[in-house]
Amino acid sequence: MCALCGVLRNEHWADQGAGRRARVIRTARLERVLGRFGLGVREWAGQYVLTDGKGRTEVAADLAALWAAAERLAGRPLDPLDPVLLDAP
Amino acid sequence: MKTPVALVTGYLGSGKTTLIRAMLESPALGDTAVIVNELGEIGIDHAILRQVDERTVLLASGCVCCTLRGDLADELRDLVDRRASGEIPPFTRVVVETTGVADPAPILATLVSEPLVRNQYVLESVISTVDAQHGLRGEESERQVAAADVLVVTKADLADPAGVERTVAELNPVASVVRAVQGDVDPALLLGERRSAAPPAYVHDHAHEQDVTAVSLVLDGPVDWLGFGVWLTMLLHARGREILRVKGLLDVGGDGPLLVDAVQHVVHPPVHLDAWPDDDRRSRLVLIGRNLDPERLERSVRSFAA
Repeated sequence: MCALCGVLRNEHWADQGAGRRARVIRTARLERVLGRFGLGVREWAGQYVLTDGKGRTEVAADLAALWAAAERLAGRPLDPLDPVLLDAP
Repeated sequence: MKTPVALVTGYLGSGKTTLIRAMLESPALGDTAVIVNELGEIGIDHAILRQVDERTVLLASGCVCCTLRGDLADELRDLVDRRASGEIPPFTRVVVETTGVADPAPILATLVSEPLVRNQYVLESVISTVDAQHGLRGEESERQVAAADVLVVTKADLADPAGVERTVAELNPVASVVRAVQGDVDPALLLGERRSAAPPAYVHDHAHEQDVTAVSLVLDGPVDWLGFGVWLTMLLHARGREILRVKGLLDVGGDGPLLVDAVQHVVHPPVHLDAWPDDDRRSRLVLIGRNLDPERLERSVRSFAA
């Protein structure tokens, strides 16, 4: 069973992988992106826990909720076309 | 087996009802239930359709927007109940007509995300009508065209349709374009596996001519699906108002590609296709929207998913 087939059975198209391994990999991808905006992320109880440098925390149930929560912590829009990401070495 | 749903959208007076009436006269579509939605108390649309098919259901509310999604879901569930009880003939397809000013995204969201609806129905095709006399009619019209799998240029007997056909094909290169006079179109061109049609690997940049444009991105080698999911959710969150459509075939390492299709913020469940449509096995993605910079988009998606 591929990661995608796991995705298809669940509520959010991109969020539910085929088990633990997919979630770990996805969280690693998120770490790399969110780190550029000064945020950390880890998986906890099937959810995403976001933290900022001041120790503030937000919990997001899925990827749909994650970006809004991350923007609240970062205090700015998070855009994949942001120079912070595009011009990163 | 899920019942296919075809959505017919298009601006006011662009020929939706005429098209549906002509579709229903086809013997191949004799077992079709129709849900219409209209703004007036006693809409002429309803009367016309009722003459053709008594299973037409008139939604109680006005414009199809978020508040009406429940109504549409109720009607779709009710059709299933009535079919199961033998109250109505065993229809095998549903056609939903939107209002002329409707944004199709909330209707698609209902089909994709409402649990009981998605258990019983599957979106078959989004058909958008554009009349050859007036062409695109503002933002609603652009959204309807961008969401389409099939673009029907109507009233081809009243005006030369070539210019409008070219305009809508440029705006939405992932849709097929057909021409209609009095709604007369082969149903096979409108229904069936329209959503599985492959997006083109190349589209001409018309940014200098139109507000809404289409761009294509091509990626060599397998795509990291998990990274792609992170990228697309982030992109649609950040730019959901600007991006009207995303459709692509992705090489995720299997025999066939993965079909990804999103209308604004509504992402259809990705589908594994058995085979690539042609010899070109590169991942390709077409985006339709405003302020799209293909060079930056390509760099961005590569950084997440290549």
